[in-house]
Amino acid sequence: MPQNLNIKKVLVIGSGPIIIGQAAEFDYSGTQACKSLREEGIEVVLINSNPATIMTDTQSADKVYIEPITLEFVKKIIYKEKPDGILASLGGQTGLNMAVQLAEDGILDEMNIQLLGTSLSSIKKAEDRELFKETMQEINEKVAHSKIVTTMQDAVAFAHEIGFPIIIRPAYTLGGSGGGIANNMEEFRYICGKGLKLSMISQVLLEQSVAGWKEIEYEVMRDSNDNCIIICNMENFDPVGVHTGDSIVVAPSQTLSDLEYQMLRTASIKIIRALDIKGGCNIQFALNPDSFEYVVIEVNPRVSRSSALASKATGYPIARVTAKIAIGMTLDEIKNSVTKNTSACFEPSLDYVVTKVPRWPFDKFANADRSLGTQMKATGEVMAIGRTFEESLLKAIDSLDIKFNYQLGLSLFDNKSREELVEYVKHPSDQRMFAICKALQKGVSAGEIVRITKIDDFFIRKLKKIVKLGEEITNAGIAWLDYDLYSRAKKIGFGDSYIANLCNVPLEKILELREKYPINPVYKIVDTCAGEFEAVTPYYYSTYEEKDDVEVTEGDKVLVIGSGPIRIGQGIEFDYCSVHSVETLKELGIESIIINNNPETVSTDFDTSDKLYFEPLTKECVLDIIEKEKPLGVIVQFGGQTAINLAETLHSEGVKILGTSVQSIDIAEDRDKFLKLLEELDIPIPEGKTAFSFEQARHIANEIGYPVLVRPSYVLGGRAMEIVYNDKTLQEYIQMASDISTAHPILIDKYVTGREMEVDGICDGNEVLIPGIMEHIERAGVHSGDSIAVYPPRNLSQKVKATIEDYTIRLSKALKVVGLFNIQFVMDNDEKVYVIEVNPRASRTVPIMSKITGIPMVGVATKLIMGKTLAELGYKNGLARETEFYAVKAPVFSFAKLTTVDTFLGPEMKSTGEVMGVDKDYYNALYKAIAASGMKIPSGGNVLLSVADRDKEESIAIANKLLSLGFKLSATAGTCRVLGAAALPVDLIDESEVLDFIKEDKITLVINTPTRGKIPERKGFILRRTAMEYNIPCITSLDTTNAVLSILERLIADNRAEVYSLDEYSIYRG
Amino acid sequence: MKAVLLLEDGTYFSGEGFGKSGETAGEIVFNTCMTGYQEITTDPSYNGQIVTMTYPLIGNYGFNTLDNESYKPHVQGFIVKELCSTPSNWRYTLDPEQYFARHNIVGIKSIDTRALTQHIRKHGSMFGIISTECGNLDILGKNLQAYKAMPRNLVMEVTSKTPVHVPGPGKRVALLDFGVKSNIVRSLESRGCDIHILPAFSSYEEILSCNPDGILLSNGPGDPRDLAAAKKTIQKLLGVRPILGICLGHQLLGLSLDCSVTKLKFGHHGGNHPVKDYITGRCYITSQNHNYAIDNSTNNDIVITHVNVNDNTIEGFRHKQLPLISVQYHPEAAPGPQDSAYIFDDFVRMMA
Repeated sequence: MPQNLNIKKVLVIGSGPIIIGQAAEFDYSGTQACKSLREEGIEVVLINSNPATIMTDTQSADKVYIEPITLEFVKKIIYKEKPDGILASLGGQTGLNMAVQLAEDGILDEMNIQLLGTSLSSIKKAEDRELFKETMQEINEKVAHSKIVTTMQDAVAFAHEIGFPIIIRPAYTLGGSGGGIANNMEEFRYICGKGLKLSMISQVLLEQSVAGWKEIEYEVMRDSNDNCIIICNMENFDPVGVHTGDSIVVAPSQTLSDLEYQMLRTASIKIIRALDIKGGCNIQFALNPDSFEYVVIEVNPRVSRSSALASKATGYPIARVTAKIAIGMTLDEIKNSVTKNTSACFEPSLDYVVTKVPRWPFDKFANADRSLGTQMKATGEVMAIGRTFEESLLKAIDSLDIKFNYQLGLSLFDNKSREELVEYVKHPSDQRMFAICKALQKGVSAGEIVRITKIDDFFIRKLKKIVKLGEEITNAGIAWLDYDLYSRAKKIGFGDSYIANLCNVPLEKILELREKYPINPVYKIVDTCAGEFEAVTPYYYSTYEEKDDVEVTEGDKVLVIGSGPIRIGQGIEFDYCSVHSVETLKELGIESIIINNNPETVSTDFDTSDKLYFEPLTKECVLDIIEKEKPLGVIVQFGGQTAINLAETLHSEGVKILGTSVQSIDIAEDRDKFLKLLEELDIPIPEGKTAFSFEQARHIANEIGYPVLVRPSYVLGGRAMEIVYNDKTLQEYIQMASDISTAHPILIDKYVTGREMEVDGICDGNEVLIPGIMEHIERAGVHSGDSIAVYPPRNLSQKVKATIEDYTIRLSKALKVVGLFNIQFVMDNDEKVYVIEVNPRASRTVPIMSKITGIPMVGVATKLIMGKTLAELGYKNGLARETEFYAVKAPVFSFAKLTTVDTFLGPEMKSTGEVMGVDKDYYNALYKAIAASGMKIPSGGNVLLSVADRDKEESIAIANKLLSLGFKLSATAGTCRVLGAAALPVDLIDESEVLDFIKEDKITLVINTPTRGKIPERKGFILRRTAMEYNIPCITSLDTTNAVLSILERLIADNRAEVYSLDEYSIYRG
Repeated sequence: MKAVLLLEDGTYFSGEGFGKSGETAGEIVFNTCMTGYQEITTDPSYNGQIVTMTYPLIGNYGFNTLDNESYKPHVQGFIVKELCSTPSNWRYTLDPEQYFARHNIVGIKSIDTRALTQHIRKHGSMFGIISTECGNLDILGKNLQAYKAMPRNLVMEVTSKTPVHVPGPGKRVALLDFGVKSNIVRSLESRGCDIHILPAFSSYEEILSCNPDGILLSNGPGDPRDLAAAKKTIQKLLGVRPILGICLGHQLLGLSLDCSVTKLKFGHHGGNHPVKDYITGRCYITSQNHNYAIDNSTNNDIVITHVNVNDNTIEGFRHKQLPLISVQYHPEAAPGPQDSAYIFDDFVRMMA
């Protein structure tokens, strides 16, 4: 069926901020969808609140709205743009939920707008547990014994009926929020209570547990002509019980015979037909490992994280094809964009193995509960491709960019006994695979591990093979590491550094061997068809085999290093930067090559760069590619810290680092060198010193004066910065967070309480373009990634701005920066400006500033890196003119998924994503940002105040504001005393009752500033966590509180925000 | 055990042998199915051919007693990147190593199967020889030529020697066995058919002696143009009874209706080939295994019903007057998608 020509204008709904369970994959799918629709001549209007995305670039759609994805704002856009259709199935659960809300609101009927792709009834059939069950029963597909309940009473009755373990899944949530497996009544009541609350429709599904069965996924596509194809099937390494987002996943399935494969394939097609889904969908099955019995776990009636993975695993562009199906095209009419000659109506055949490994945030959250279950905890993932399972798994582990002992992390468990290991592997956790390897090494049998973990024997015996080869190498040592053994090591996927470790020799020894033999990787193409047809995709992976598929071209080329998996502190923004750099290189006529390993991103789409190497970002893998491609040089400044960390080692191998030199990077990152430079430049920095013992630390702290910011000089996972206010807390910090010694000193800096600002600049070595200054709402002490930031700044005098401009110019020139850099400033109450740090690379705020100011910052930086000057590009030195509208960036957190993580904001970053609000009016912009961040600000009710002593004075003004807004006040003892003394009407809540008040829904907002966060201080921690669990907003900074209240005041004055596309703002730019 | 694969154009791959030691030669074809290696090795259509699997890990779920497409493996040799030594599946009874050794199949592993596949794609399917005994390419080259020159009747080697009756309550089918896959028989069985499996070169009278309601011309190995006698028999059967042709049977049916047959460059062997059904307008993913295809026909009575979406080769036809269905692909799947099982329903309906 050809394209539906009545559809001329389509509104595409994005997925909003990055949160656990909904990450960069939807930028990839949304960007592809926009491109795909525009190819067919459709006018595309896009809404997404996440500024760090490629899809919100003005080039991605005809109109881009960076507005909150809430009914209020989406409706405004619909009234304004009058689209013919809405495409929501590429915006994750956010998009789908919005589609449901819009349909139910009636606006789609009213405006005669078609919901494209999957219909409302299909969404409901797939997402509503009861309807889903009925539909599955109609087509004789089994689902686990289950019941849908809306009350705790019914839930308990079901539990009594079928017994434990029971899986709890709330309806209409993403990433399994609020779900879990309960093994007893206590756990059951807790998880159910939370689930009922989190579900959009107060509905949870209780399900007989099939934990231990194989978890198999199918990615299915269907068009309006009922043609159905399977893009890919995938087998989870972990059996049912661990969320697939937290599981190692292998494509294609490894342990299924054709009969089983086809049985589930046929079921998948039956299911997609019964649900009448048009486009891509993901179906999860639990397969009994000892029979043909299976149950359908769930269906995602939309493009999902798994489909992004399947797209990258097979080369089949699921989102692109889904978008075309949505406007009526059929699979046989759509071309396979990989082969260009064959049709999109086929099933990819792989001639390699793909392994995905999740990336968890536990390195940042030392106190987080590392156990894995039905609730997803990973922030990102890596994927690797190899010609054997072992190779793809080991490459994936290398791609994680974690500081373990290379591929097997075996040293982690060196000190554990056999018995301890056996106990450890019983429970799924992020490090279980490493523990399994160690257990195998210590002689636990594969059979026993299979029995304990229910992980398939196939996988465990592969791990055993890896472990055994490792031991063989250790035994052989360098003396017996002959060609045969070395080449086996390379073929199984061992990196040279790991081999060196195993042999206990310096890496150089191994490299000598490699050169002597010689053994080098070859690169193969991902072509969707296992070599059956000629493919033109420049999408490659390395392996140790005979034939190399990659043609090396002659011309000028540049390698851009990507940023790997999404993690806290290194998000989608760096993918944005990498993509723009690559595009600019193309524009300059230079062949662009990208190396990255994150399957969720736009940068790893095969048509983003001229060549894509899907590889770990290790020194070895990068050097191998450089050796092959011989680029002019390498750009490291757009790939976050991952890429910057490679700069020095590549440089020492004679690779040219383009842009800011390695020496300059070193000065910026080495504290002593940096201090010296600032001293020379006469630029102030908060006073600070290094301490090698507690006594020394106390001495320094008293000399500088509390509060001070403390951190280990050598940051290990989870041990990071903290603000301490006195000797006692300093001592606690040192005991808890660091083993201070001469080898591991701690840094103690004066904590300047004041306003924080940051600047992103672009420098050609002589001149500096500063697109703008961003001002943080929270005073210093909250990590810049976690604070609300405003551009243009509202509270800075001309003098301060001039100072910032001056420091920025002098500092970047002194560092001879070429390209992007970011500087963090703090200003004390006397308007004295200090530099806190310089990052000689792109930062989190680059996409935001680019979109607001209209200056294509990465593009400009890339041109400077390639030798142009700012003057040549028509830019002036110094601070650019401010825009006449505001942009507010707000952080978004995933605390709901990370139990036992404290929610208070401090110097350590905790947010997973961000949103932006834009408006000509500051308060509207702030309102949009807060609304987009998902924070539900109550308009009335009871506010609980419980603030630290240092904040008590200030809380009086806040309390006054709250009262004038009609809130009622409650406070814990200390705070109540202060407020009472100020003659404010406030109810005392006894500490012992606080949690009950929250649980009973008697509180609508919690304002709690911690005395000292993170470590025991149990009461505050539990209060914040309880508020989190019960979905009650909890603000931990008075600055944030003031910002939120300022919106409420405005809302009461009824100033409603209008929507504008990015283009419409262009006339208000400088 | 060292092994080498030499192609007739002189290209060679060194690897390790598995299964039986010795030497084997045949036409090299690649199959892109990611599962179903047991069905593939036991498919009689592969008689005379050495199969390389494009998916690199073969043997992961072992071999079992049920997933056979005939009573023994028919591949002339087997080529894989990695043969699994640690298979895992609840039904598996035999390790891959044991399986190939037991059935005297010479195999080679640890070679770059993607490179081999690309070579065949580029240069067309060609003869090859695997040896675990000799690495001297000159000697092997001579042996290869000798094997190639050896006349073989591939269908005769695999067809049943005597009629076999698989009783059923429904329509009676005379199944002309050119090397039939078991799942064709199972597909008819599950539709209640009463099946008489007949040797490939049964005469017109022998075929009709069981008084069938319909005739099924099965799949099988080799070039249909070598089967002149069968073609003549089929010509006589046209219009006498409803006929379903599958794969080689389809080609023979085409030849009997004056279509010409050509050899494809490297054939279609896999489970992911899209076929468009012109009657329903729908596309189906099909299982395919053929080196020959029917050319555009000059016979005006023939209606092309199915076409391969990738290369437009003819995948199925019907006749304007006569009751016959013919498909180039495998509606019985095994291995591959089961989407086209409706062809058997059509056949049963045609016999009504």
